[in-house]
Order: sequence, then C-alpha cells, then structure tokens
Amino acid sequence: MNRKFSATIKLLPLLALLLSSLAFAQVELRITWYNDGNEGEVLRDLLDRFEADNPDIKVVVDTVPYSSGILETLPVQLAAGEGPDIARVTDLGGLSKFYLDMQPLVSDPDYWESNFGSFLNWLRPEGSSAIPGFMTQLTVTGPFINKTLFDQAGIAVPEGDTTWEEWAAVTRQVAEATGTPFAMAMDRSGHRVAGPAISQGALFFDDDGNPIVTDEGFRRMMQLMADWHADGTMIPDTWLASGGGYAGANAEFNNGQIVFYMSGSWQIGQFTAQIGDTFDWVAVPNPCGPAACTGMPGGAALVAIAETEHPEEVVRVMEYLSSEEVLAEFYGRTLFIPGHLGLAAKGIDFDTDQRLASDALSAFSSQVPKLDPLSFKLQGYVFNRVVFNVARDRLTQAMVGEIDLDEAIERMQVDIEEQIAEASQ
Amino acid sequence: MSKPGPVGERAKSTPLLSRLFSGLFSLVMNTLGLILEPLQNRIGVQRMAYIFLLPNLLIFGIFVLFPMALNFYYAFTTGTALFPQDRTFSGAQNYQLLFDCDNFLDPNSCNEDRFWRAVFNTFTFVIFQVGGMVLFSLVTALVLNRKIRARGFFRSVYFYPVLLSPVVVALLWKWILQRDGVLNALLVALGGERIVFLLDARWAMFWAIFITIWAHMGFYTLILLAGLQAIPKELYDAGSIDGAGDWQAFRNITMPLLMPSMLVVLVLGLIRAVQTFDEVFVLTGGGPGTATQLIVQYIYTTGFASQIQRFGLAASASVVLGIALLIFTLIQLRLGRSSEAV
Repeated sequence: MNRKFSATIKLLPLLALLLSSLAFAQVELRITWYNDGNEGEVLRDLLDRFEADNPDIKVVVDTVPYSSGILETLPVQLAAGEGPDIARVTDLGGLSKFYLDMQPLVSDPDYWESNFGSFLNWLRPEGSSAIPGFMTQLTVTGPFINKTLFDQAGIAVPEGDTTWEEWAAVTRQVAEATGTPFAMAMDRSGHRVAGPAISQGALFFDDDGNPIVTDEGFRRMMQLMADWHADGTMIPDTWLASGGGYAGANAEFNNGQIVFYMSGSWQIGQFTAQIGDTFDWVAVPNPCGPAACTGMPGGAALVAIAETEHPEEVVRVMEYLSSEEVLAEFYGRTLFIPGHLGLAAKGIDFDTDQRLASDALSAFSSQVPKLDPLSFKLQGYVFNRVVFNVARDRLTQAMVGEIDLDEAIERMQVDIEEQIAEASQ
Repeated sequence: MSKPGPVGERAKSTPLLSRLFSGLFSLVMNTLGLILEPLQNRIGVQRMAYIFLLPNLLIFGIFVLFPMALNFYYAFTTGTALFPQDRTFSGAQNYQLLFDCDNFLDPNSCNEDRFWRAVFNTFTFVIFQVGGMVLFSLVTALVLNRKIRARGFFRSVYFYPVLLSPVVVALLWKWILQRDGVLNALLVALGGERIVFLLDARWAMFWAIFITIWAHMGFYTLILLAGLQAIPKELYDAGSIDGAGDWQAFRNITMPLLMPSMLVVLVLGLIRAVQTFDEVFVLTGGGPGTATQLIVQYIYTTGFASQIQRFGLAASASVVLGIALLIFTLIQLRLGRSSEAV
C-alpha cells in the first residue's frame, strides 16, 4: 500500500509535466462576436463540442457591442494588425483586405463554392476568388405589422403588390381606429431605406459604376420619408431623436405603439422572445414603388483574419462551424435565415413552436427570390456603408429643417464622393 | 507571569513591523544612493532636479506630448491608413476643407457644414453651461457656507452626482425626458401636454446644458466653498462695524477674495465644457439632426464612427479645438492676473 502510494506520489510531477506540456501546446484562438439574440449562446455550445474533440485548440469568444465594437473598433484593430483570429462582421466588403484567403487550406474548396458561392462575392475584394468566410445569417429587410391592431380596427391587411403610399394610408386608418400613437416606423439606417428607394426607382450607380443619389427615384423615397415624419405617420423618435447612428423602434413595436415597422428578418428571434403571442406580429412582403417591390439583402459573416498566427487552426474551426450539420443546428436554434445554399434548399428545422415565428421566417425566406438585382449589387458594393450612412444623416438634417431636401441630396453626393476619394489615397 | 494578551501582542509586533519597514526603506535608499551619489558628483546638484523630474516627464511625454505631436502630423495628411509612415502628406488641405466657407456665420455656406454647426453648438453650450455652472455653484456654495440646518446632508447631496459615471447620468435623464418618461408622465398627470423634449432642437440643447450643470456643479461648489471658508471672518466683522450690509460685504469682501477660486472654476469649467462629449452623446446622439452635436463628437464621428475613417480631417479639427482652448485659457489667465494686480 505504502509502495503504491509512494509510486503515485512520484508519478504526480510527471503527470503535471505532461499536462503542462499539453496546455502549452494548446493554441488559443479569439473570435470577436456580437449578438442580436441567442446566437452567442449557441456558438459557445458548438465550440465546446469542438474543443472537446480538438483539445489542442481553445476558442475564446469576445462578445462586443455591435456599434462600438464591430463597426468602430474592429476596423482600427485590423488596420493596426491587432485584430482577432476570426470575427463576425457586417461591413462585408469594406473589410475584405483584412480577410484570410482560406482556399489553399480548406479540405474541400468546392463545398464552400457550391454552398456559399454567391455570398462569397460580398466578402471578396473585386475580382478575387478567395474564400474568406461564410454567412452566419442571411438577412432580408422588410416590414412587420401588428395584425391584432388590424383585426381590432376591422381593416383587412393589404395583399398582393401594395405600394408604400397605400401601406401608409391603411396603417394611418388602423392607427386612428385603434388609438395607436403612430402608423409606421423604420429603423434609422440607410440600409433600411435603400430597398424602398430602389422600389421607387433609385439607381444608386451611374453608367460608370460610381455611386449616385441625385436621381429622381432616390429623391422620391427621401421625400416620402420627410413627409411621413412631418405629418406624424412615422414615429419621429427613431430618426430625429437619435442623432448618433443606428436606432431601432423595437421597444415601440413591442409595446403596440406602432402598426407597421420596417426592419428585417433578424428581429424574429427577439420578437419571439419579447412579444411572444401577446399580439399577432406578422412579416408582410416588401411594399412596392414604380420600379420594384424590394427590400435589401444583408447579413453577418464569420471571417478568418489574415493577421492570425495560427491559420491552420483557424481553418479547422471555420471548417467545423461551416459544416452542414453544425450550421443546420446554428440556424435552427438562432432562427436565422440560412446563408448556406444547400441548407436553404433542404429547409431548416427551426427550433420554435411559435407559429408567428415560423410564419415570419417563411415570409422572409420567400422574399429572397423577389429581391431586385440592384439590391444585391448595392449590398456587394465595397463602399455601401458610406452611401447608407451619408443618406441617413443628411436626410435627418432635412427632416429637422436644418437644410432643405434638395440641399441634403446635393450634400449626400458631395460627402460620398469626398469620402471615397479619401479612401482611395 | 501571565501570557501577553492581544494588546501586548500588538505592542510587541508594532516595533517589529516598524523595524522591518525601516530596514527595507534603508535598503532601498542606500541602493538608490549608490546610483545617485556618483551621478550627483558627476553632473552637479543643480542638474539633479532634472533627474528627479525625468520619470514624470517620460510619462507626460509618452502619453501627452507624443500623441499631440502625432495628432499635429496627422492633421497634415490624408487617406485612411492608420500608421503615420503609410499616410499621404497633404499640406494644409484639411484646414482648407474646414475653413472653406462663404460666410462663417452661416454653416450652410461652408463645405464642411457639420464642423461649423458643431462649432456654433459648442459656443452656445459653453456660454450657457459655464455661465450657469459658475452662477449655480456660487449660489450653492454661499448657501452651504451659512449655518443652515442639515448642512452636511446638503453638501453630500450636491456632490453626489459628481460621483456618477457620465453615461449613467445621461441614461438616467434620457429615461426621465423621453416620450414615455417620468417628466411627461408628471406633465400628463397634472393635465399638461406631453412634450418630447429630445425631439426639439432648443429643448434638447437646454437639457444638455442643464444636465451637465447638474452633474458637475458639486465639484465646483466644493472649490468655491473652500475659497469662502478661507476668507477671514474678521473682515466681515470689520465690515459690519463700518456699517456694510450683506450686499456690500459680498461685493467688497467675498467676491474680491473669492476671485482666485472663481478663476480656477472658470478655467476648469471652460475646458471641461469645450471637451464635453459623453453625456450629450448618450443623451441625444448629437440630435435632433445636428442640434446638439458638439465639436468633440464631430471629431469622433469623422475619425472613428464612419466607414471611411478620416483621421486627417478629425486631427485638424482637434488642432483647431486645441488652439481655441489655449487662447481662452490665456485670456482668462491674463484677466486673472490683472484682477490680482488691482
């Protein structure tokens, strides 16, 4: 007994040495991540399984706020060469120069091309065939309505191709009949206005492919937005009281203060959790204009970063997370529209027993084929955030009367040209 | 002989600890002496002052002077490259862009109209915020200097907001002022109309000024209170014998003797007001439109919050801000010296 005990004691340092050398051999990777809903929790679950099967890799997820963390700090970190190994981004093309091309390292490049092909172009520098990452979610912008308010007002929900003006008129009637403070709301985002602007005939690009916002179609949508804020159709708090950047109207919609909310598919998880079945929230097709009935595609991608010191390990993590089985679980549990063409064709078994959520997911999925080709071109444009942000900020100035709409549009064009010129130097 | 109790143990351990510390102290000092004494012999006593200042100067140089110099260099460059060596020299192009105006009093006539809106907003903000802050701090300090009931409690109450984080202050007031906030609930309960304070340019600026005064007033009150308590009571007694009333005592005794403290409050308040960012940014985001966008927010937005991060333009705006601050401070110091001379 004593000899056994003594032998065990002698073995302990050896065991400790072995464990420490194992720990020393472990590679730590960092993912910069943000959350819209429960996706961080789901990712952690999936990574825990990966780490159990791959003890030589530890993945740390740094969850940061979307605006200050992903949009503002991450680009500076990447430019300074101090970025993470992997990041979840929404400025898909704007950061493309910092992405790792995983093509030489992935075991099956064809899998990536066939399942993420059309979305990979959003992540690639122009003319490149790189494989930098995959879409953690495909999003589609579009409106939600509070159908319970329609039922209470005894007004039928418009069907078929309904114009923006018709939606504004009918939602005003519903608001009036039910004593709801506001008929409509739209996220304070240039991306959200872009789809309706394309529907109104906005061109967004001139013949040479340069961004343009001075055309009649774009102006028509800007005028509608200004008018709806001036006459009280749209809740002013979202656009006017939020000078800084993006603002949503989730709280007002959740509280039944708005009939129609132009936002997007990423809200489904949040509405499921926060509204549940308190009232019937329904996703409806994008309203129409003279040119189209479109929203905007978009989404977030998980990309590998070129500066990583461990490209092989990064690729192993990315291959795991992008595999069909893992992604099916990820999309199913997060209620995200799949950005994987194979899974989109097969269909996702969404993890919800709420009829409203599954109906909304179907409604947004059915919008994807109806999106205007220009919306895909704009989404893939490397400086699209310049166009979106400038449009958002100058339109707000026109709404509050600091400048008139014509001047706002003129200044949008100047701002866009100046910023792109600066980026080219 | 009985064992020493806890008191006895403490009495025994204190000299031991004291001896230990003094031993350590001597060790450190002797080691330093080994280095400094030969150094002093070599460079002389006069120059040793520089050696003692060196650590602090190094920290100041690395964290203040170097970033300032870097910012100055960036102001003459363009492009989106982060590192100085990768940036394109552009001469005074950024300043030309900032100052390209037909009429400096009309931001709409300026190429970089948002910079000039921010300048005008900052000017309005500083005038009313600093003026209000000095006035309210002075009145509060005068009241708290009197023998009022619960004086200690009131001193704490006025100082309490200073301890709060600016973001907390802004969020707290945002919840009070928003459409369904506490203030509107109160207004409606009293039969009034709901006012969406943060949607109206003038209301938004008013609340931005009010909230920053509320949040920082306690600090300046404390400085003035210290100044008031340093005024000898005998002067008031002498004034009283000479028949001076309260107003005359305030004008001829309190104010002249409080001037040095007032100057400190004015300089600190002015610098703080021009640098204001966090409270107003969280409260209004600079809105509605650009109605409460102050110059630091303009710098932040231009340099960091846009897809194209225009470091050069942001740096040149911050150089302009720095020069303006320097001029204001020098004027105030000059005025302060003149008043001391009188």
